[in-house]
Amino acid sequence: MRGALAAVLLGGILVAASGRAQTFRYASTGDLLTLDPHSADEALSNSFKNNIYEGLVRFNEKLEPEPALAVSWKAVNPTTWRFQLRKGVTFHDGTPFTADDVVFSYARQSSKSSLMSSHVSTIKSVKKIDDYTIEYETTGPDPILLRNLTEHFIMSKKWCEQHATTQPVAALKEETHATRNENGTGPFQVVERVPDTRTVLVAFPKWWDLPNKKYAITRAEFRPIANAATRLAALISGEVDLAYPVAPQDVPRVESQKGFRVIKRPELRVVFLGMDQWRDESLDMPGSKKNPFKDVRVRRAVYQAIDEEAIRAKVMRGMAAPTGLIIPENTEGYDAKLRERYPYDPAASRKLLAEAGYPEGFPVTLDCPNDRYINDEAICQSLVPMLARVGVKVTLNAQTKSRHFDKILKASNNNTSLFLLGFSPETADAMATLLPVMTMKLDGSGAWNGGRYSNPKVEELVGQVRVEMDPEKRRKQIFEALRVHKEDFGHLPLHEQLIIWGARDTVDVVPDPRDRVQLRFVKMRQ
Amino acid sequence: MISGILTRLLQGLGVLLVVGLLAFAVSTRMGDPVNNMLGQDATIEQREAMRRELGLDQPFVVQYGRYLGRVVRGQLGVSYRLGIPVGELLVERLPASVELSAMAMFLTLLLGVPLGIYTAIRRESVLSKVILGSSLVGLSVPTFLIGLLLIFLFAVQLQWLPSSGRGQVVALGPWTTGLLTSSGLRSLVLPSITLALFSLALLLRLVRGELLDVLHSDHVRFARARGLSERSINFRHGFRNALLPVITVAALQLGGLLAFAVVTETVFQWPGMGLLFLQAVQFVDVPVICSYLLLAAVMFVLINFIVDVSYRVLDPRVRSTPGGS
Repeated sequence: MRGALAAVLLGGILVAASGRAQTFRYASTGDLLTLDPHSADEALSNSFKNNIYEGLVRFNEKLEPEPALAVSWKAVNPTTWRFQLRKGVTFHDGTPFTADDVVFSYARQSSKSSLMSSHVSTIKSVKKIDDYTIEYETTGPDPILLRNLTEHFIMSKKWCEQHATTQPVAALKEETHATRNENGTGPFQVVERVPDTRTVLVAFPKWWDLPNKKYAITRAEFRPIANAATRLAALISGEVDLAYPVAPQDVPRVESQKGFRVIKRPELRVVFLGMDQWRDESLDMPGSKKNPFKDVRVRRAVYQAIDEEAIRAKVMRGMAAPTGLIIPENTEGYDAKLRERYPYDPAASRKLLAEAGYPEGFPVTLDCPNDRYINDEAICQSLVPMLARVGVKVTLNAQTKSRHFDKILKASNNNTSLFLLGFSPETADAMATLLPVMTMKLDGSGAWNGGRYSNPKVEELVGQVRVEMDPEKRRKQIFEALRVHKEDFGHLPLHEQLIIWGARDTVDVVPDPRDRVQLRFVKMRQ
Repeated sequence: MISGILTRLLQGLGVLLVVGLLAFAVSTRMGDPVNNMLGQDATIEQREAMRRELGLDQPFVVQYGRYLGRVVRGQLGVSYRLGIPVGELLVERLPASVELSAMAMFLTLLLGVPLGIYTAIRRESVLSKVILGSSLVGLSVPTFLIGLLLIFLFAVQLQWLPSSGRGQVVALGPWTTGLLTSSGLRSLVLPSITLALFSLALLLRLVRGELLDVLHSDHVRFARARGLSERSINFRHGFRNALLPVITVAALQLGGLLAFAVVTETVFQWPGMGLLFLQAVQFVDVPVICSYLLLAAVMFVLINFIVDVSYRVLDPRVRSTPGGS
């Protein structure tokens, strides 16, 4: 007990000494689930990892790969990459970083109990050449290796062995030391962690990139505040300096408050509709022996019945960027030429439906999450009358995300005819959408393809994109795949939702398009 | 008496079995935890491997059997969401919940009983009418709205109190308390008022109703005829007899405050078991959901049991029927 009191007193003194001006306090909806970088693959946890841990490669502000724990790399042959490691890097506990840590971290992240193994799944093996040189061998030519390496986090071999945490915790097993403690090489180190209450970090004084640092804070306090109204209250009452996300309807409230502003930019995520294109008979039309969505004219008719401009203006209150493309801006392979939407045209829509043999329309259930994307349920509600206008009778099935994803994905045999999904290619490369959303037949494909869209031409192109090492050629293949998919009406893109953060005027931050607060880009002005 | 207690305990065990089955059945139908555990880049094969690892590919009966077997051996499992053993998690969150509900219960009793007595005795006074009128607000306005109104008024407008969280806590062994720091005490004010309001209004009205009943009964009339003082009639003869149902309801309210502070804890980001439960529901964290509901059931069974025993102490009529309950 005396120790505990002493710790509290000492904590108080440290707080007083560090000064408030450089403390950055921020809040979001949930807490990071664990400090173990190989354990949870979840949005908020992932957004935190780069504050503490680093990979050989990291993203700059524009989501382009740049050197981090490696200083340079080159391809020895199409499947072998040699990385020169940075010298003089230390972990937070003072241990120097060497090739052994990379070899160890690959084994740990790719192990069976790791939840982050998908980010290193194209790596076959890692070889230490000397203390500061390693070689990765990939399973095939891998044009997105560098991007995946931004999510391959390096832990200290010595520290993990000392604390018996050489394997990440897996479900149904015991927690390990790395769940609540960290030892990364990153710009910030954790000094206090109370799950679901607060996580306090201070700048790491021996960070290798200190001479070029872009942050101007000494300390950061993160608090999860689940309720949107409470989070807003914490911002406006001055208890936090930044709160995110802010609901579109609360934006005027923040903007009207003196000393506060709203930070907005399109998120790296496209919200779209998917349609069942594999069943011979629609789930909603038993006995009919028909599945309208197998006909491209019907898919196009539904697309042109949707007034996306109304959704942007009314439902999203302007907080969306309408798009006709399934991958968002800032993604490798994105091409603005494909962005334009087909026009909103209910008359054309009715005509297409009549041509396809549905002059009276047809019934369909729209599966929709109600707690995942900005105003997701409201978007779906607005679709009901829009589609009714052309005769498509929509029954809305809005439910919590866990049930929604369970219903539309493979585990429930893609039990859906029409669904809403918002997908983010987190490696900022088109492949991250092409493979899981737009193909069925390739190795590892189809995880998010709820309607089992599959076009032989797209499958072939994506297969090429996967192994093409020439960036120009690769961009052309991506363009072609996206073009075919667009003309196919394989999915019906709606918009990129905006990132909406509320902040004090004194906060200067570069918002990451993945809706992440990166502490290394945060400045506090006096 | 002994057989009465034994019957009670057996009934309690039955309740726990039913709650366990229901909790497991409901929580396994809330969706697929695997999609929440694995990132979006995981392939179909990786998802299926995880499902096998968790035993989710097995039929319901097998899953429930395994779960029951683990619980009987005292293994509550590890949280899918946080990777921390559930027992440890619940113990960590218990202090926050206990302090919040104890403070709310304290407010409920401190205000509910005197106000109830006052409104029963001074039925016609203006103050009684005001009290009864405002108690309707406590009963009818949803908790989250009251919480948000309090936050808006005291945290945003007046800036007297923090809007959320538990403030600075002090560790006393495994227990953490916010009662020893000023920020901890200040943080406790709004959530405990929010949580207390409903039970306060309920208790107030119950005390008033019971007391009115008793004051109209024959023995009070006789007491009055005997010329006893009003004070003695109201408290010795009136209030004592109105006490039994009040104790039952107050005790069950305590259980309710402890187990179902979910809304209040969420609005105020109070790091107790209610918040943990809500997050578990959103994530389909089956081990946490089941354990929490079981714990709540255990609590209610225990409280009921204690209430039964206290009846025997307080009411001679219950004592006189041998073995009766």
